[in-house]
Amino acid sequence: MNTADQYLKAVFLVQQIEEGPASTGALADRLGVSPASVNEMVGKLADRDLLVHEKYKGATLTDAGETRARDALATYCVLERFLANVLEVEDYRGEAGQLEAVIDETVADRLDMIIEREPDCPNCFDAEADACSHLVEELGEVEASD
Amino acid sequence: MSVASRVESDGQLARLLQIGIVLEEVVEARAYEHYQRLPDEERDERVEDLLQEAREESAEHRERLEELVSRLDGDEEAAIDVGALVREQYARTGPNDFDGILYDQLNGEETAYKFYDDLIEAVEASDVTFGIERETLLSTLREIREAEAEGVEAVAALMESRA
Repeated sequence: MNTADQYLKAVFLVQQIEEGPASTGALADRLGVSPASVNEMVGKLADRDLLVHEKYKGATLTDAGETRARDALATYCVLERFLANVLEVEDYRGEAGQLEAVIDETVADRLDMIIEREPDCPNCFDAEADACSHLVEELGEVEASD
Repeated sequence: MSVASRVESDGQLARLLQIGIVLEEVVEARAYEHYQRLPDEERDERVEDLLQEAREESAEHRERLEELVSRLDGDEEAAIDVGALVREQYARTGPNDFDGILYDQLNGEETAYKFYDDLIEAVEASDVTFGIERETLLSTLREIREAEAEGVEAVAALMESRA
C-alpha cells in the first residue's frame, strides 16, 4: 500500500474516532511519524483534492479521498484477517501495521481468495479496536479499547 | 505502524517470505484446480503443459523461500494447508470459463511478480543486517522475480495465440 493510501486510511479512522476532522497530532500518533511529515503529506493530498485541511481543526476527506481510504482499509482488513486466520499470528494488528507498506492491493486481492470476509467489509472495521469487529469477535478477544 | 516501505527485521522478512510461500501455493493449487476443471473441448497440450509447468515452478519457488525462512531468526512456520483453503474458496473465486482460467493464471503470475518486486525494493531500502547474507537473499528473490516475468510472458503468449 503506498504512503498516500496509508495516510488516507489513517485520516478516515481518526475522523471516526474524533467524530470530526483528523488533527495533525492524532495522525502523527497513529502513523508513527512526526507532525511535520503529516503536515507535508496532508498538504499534498489537499492539492490532489483528496482531503480538505482547515488550520487548527484538521483534515477531512473529500468523497474521492473517502473512496480511496475505504479501498485501502479493505486491503488492510485482508492483511489482518490473513495474518490472524491463515498464519495464526497473535499480534496481527502490529504485524499488519508493519507490513502494509510492502503489501500491494493486488497481492491482498490474491490473499483474499483464501480467506473469509464478511460482505460489510470495510464497514466492519472498528477504528478504536484497530481491527475488523468480526475478527475480534471470532478470536474471542476483549475489545482493545476496553 | 510503518509508512516506510522497507524491511526492518528478520522477523518481518520471515513473515514477508511466508506470504510469498502462500502466494506460490495459491498459484500451484489453483493451477491444479484449473487443470481438473478444463472442459474437454478446451484441453490441448499447450494449455496442459502451461498449467503443469506453473505448478512445478511454484513448488520450486516455494521450496527456495522455505529454505530462506529456515535460515532466518524469525517465527517458526505455521502449518497451513493452503491447498485446502484454495479448494474451499475456489467455488467463490474460481473462473467459470476457459478464458477465465488463463486470465486467472496470468493474474497469479503478475501478482507474484509484483510481490517480489516490492519485496526486493523493501530489502534494498533497508540497512538492517539480516540473518542471511543480503546478496544471497536478493539474488534468490531476483531469480524468482525473473521466472515470474517469464511465466507472465508464457501465459500472455498462449492467450494471444488463441485470440
